[in-house]
Amino acid sequence: MKVSNEDLVKLYGEMWLIRMFEQRASDLFAKGVLPGFIHLGIGQEAFMAGTHYNIKPGDSVGTSHREHGLLLGLGITPNELMAELYGKVTGSNKGKGGSMHACKPKNGALGCNGILGPAQTIINGYGFAHKMRNDGNIAVTVFGDGASNRGDVHEGMNLASVMNLPVVFIIVDNGYGISMSSKESSVIADLSARAASYGMPGLTADGNDVLAVIEATGEAFKRAREGGGPSVVEFKTYRHRGHFEGDPTPYRTKEELEMWLKKDPILRLETVLLERNVIDEQQMKDIQAEQLKVIDAAQVFAEESPFPEGPEGYEDVYYFYEGSDK
Amino acid sequence: MRKITVAQAINEALAEEMSLNKEVFVYGEDVAKFGGCFGVTAGLYDKFPDNVFDTPISEAGIMGLASGAAYMGMKMVPELMFSDFVGVAMDYLLNQISKSRYMGGMQPEGNECCVVLRLPSGAGVTAAAQHSQCIEALLMNIPGLKIAIPSTPADYKGMLKYAIRGKDPVAFFEHKLLYGTKGEVPDEDFVIPLGLADVKREGKDVTVIATQLMVLKSLAAAEKLAKEGISVEVIDPRSLKPLDTKTIVDSVKKTGRVVLVSEAPEFGNALTEVGLQISELALGDLKAAPVRVCGPNRPIPFSPVLEKQWLVNEEDIIEGIRKVL
Repeated sequence: MKVSNEDLVKLYGEMWLIRMFEQRASDLFAKGVLPGFIHLGIGQEAFMAGTHYNIKPGDSVGTSHREHGLLLGLGITPNELMAELYGKVTGSNKGKGGSMHACKPKNGALGCNGILGPAQTIINGYGFAHKMRNDGNIAVTVFGDGASNRGDVHEGMNLASVMNLPVVFIIVDNGYGISMSSKESSVIADLSARAASYGMPGLTADGNDVLAVIEATGEAFKRAREGGGPSVVEFKTYRHRGHFEGDPTPYRTKEELEMWLKKDPILRLETVLLERNVIDEQQMKDIQAEQLKVIDAAQVFAEESPFPEGPEGYEDVYYFYEGSDK
Repeated sequence: MRKITVAQAINEALAEEMSLNKEVFVYGEDVAKFGGCFGVTAGLYDKFPDNVFDTPISEAGIMGLASGAAYMGMKMVPELMFSDFVGVAMDYLLNQISKSRYMGGMQPEGNECCVVLRLPSGAGVTAAAQHSQCIEALLMNIPGLKIAIPSTPADYKGMLKYAIRGKDPVAFFEHKLLYGTKGEVPDEDFVIPLGLADVKREGKDVTVIATQLMVLKSLAAAEKLAKEGISVEVIDPRSLKPLDTKTIVDSVKKTGRVVLVSEAPEFGNALTEVGLQISELALGDLKAAPVRVCGPNRPIPFSPVLEKQWLVNEEDIIEGIRKVL
């Protein structure tokens, strides 16, 4: 798939926005400003920006707990997302979801599912709706190597295949499910091989190469849009941070981390940009400075926003409740 | 008024709602070509081939499909062949359809959730411990999920239609032994809201609160006691969540005596909540401690002899009523 120079620059900006958002979240969490726990996608920006590249308006995209970046791409603004991380009423979910459940369904940003596995059957419901309404849209679910071993994923993939739904299963193998290496949680090298059991195509690609991601998702999304049914795309990548912020990562070596830092997806895109003479180093710095301003503004917005009032906690449980019980 | 069975009432409700709304889907294991394990959906596939379909044996898959499509605004009416199978699809009730709207902060698009999960349940069909349970108590402690538990054909029809027109997830319990029972059902289009209890028999000495098959058995017990001059009021809550405490408390204020009748095991029974709400709202009106008449705290046995012994019967209910008098 041909990616224009203009798009390459956009992707570069998007990947920096993701990284800076995550770095800021990391800093704020370390300072005790952000409540709860957060999982950051630093090192996985390429698969997020590359997947977003092929999403069209109206598509439904479910994410995992490490994809703030994809949510930003889908139109949750940095302000809304940061405010949600703070638990503020101006957050995307009025502070009731937090990092793990931030969503904006009208933009197709379905958010993450806190329970691993169900999202891969629920995505079929979105795919079913797109198919029955014949709207040309697709449903995409992103999940990790860890979640891929859940039984629900089997049921989801089988049903998607049997019903020929416009669904794409994106497995992100970032090396670990919390502390368990993906090499220990499955004996197969490429999790995309599982697609064969459902009679659907499976492909593994380099998740740190944004162009490879665009190529892989482009093909799978096109197939789904054209009625060709579901498929599996697996990206090999690595999270630079621990499972959650504060994870001391005793399960992996320094050498391993250093090896992956050399494969940093942003550095790789910079190499492409320089090789193709798209932009120079100064222009790169300008783009970074621009994104930093967005993140600073998001932090200010979140800090200045109010917390939800008490009654808010009792709202949104039902559309309509008919009882006289307490 | 014409009389039809509970199974016919459910079938009519589904057909009528599919006629009214192209985005009502009735599906599950063997519900389409086979017409459902209990024949409840018979003929619907022929009339609505685009809205009625079979799925593989995949309870989690069935519930996932319902969840996502419901979030997109569709009306999903899946059937789990036996309510006992909820265990393998529990997460969708516990963490998905009951929570998504709240966690999402009720965003205008994407937070509808009309999943009406049909759950055939109940003992008395020699189906042993895994195909006979009444599991409504398991779902009582899940904010965001509604529980319908009707007993008569008219209630089944009206409440099912109401649930399908709503935007909240509902666990809809259908007792297998009620499918063949008959009752009057209006010809015209009607709905019965959830959260409205129904006084099935008026009385002044004691209030019996019963669900599903136990409503019929309690009415039979009341009839027998009437011959002795004991006047029994029988209330069917019809939905456990929302719960119509007003109708229940009004009755308790009148009689001062309460018997709770449920087929499910006694310990942690769903009606325990009703009993406690009565004590919170009408303690001063009680003339005796409420009594429970429930199933035993053990699995349902296969042997017809043992199963009969396991089931709550009319005599148990009469004995319970005598205890509070």
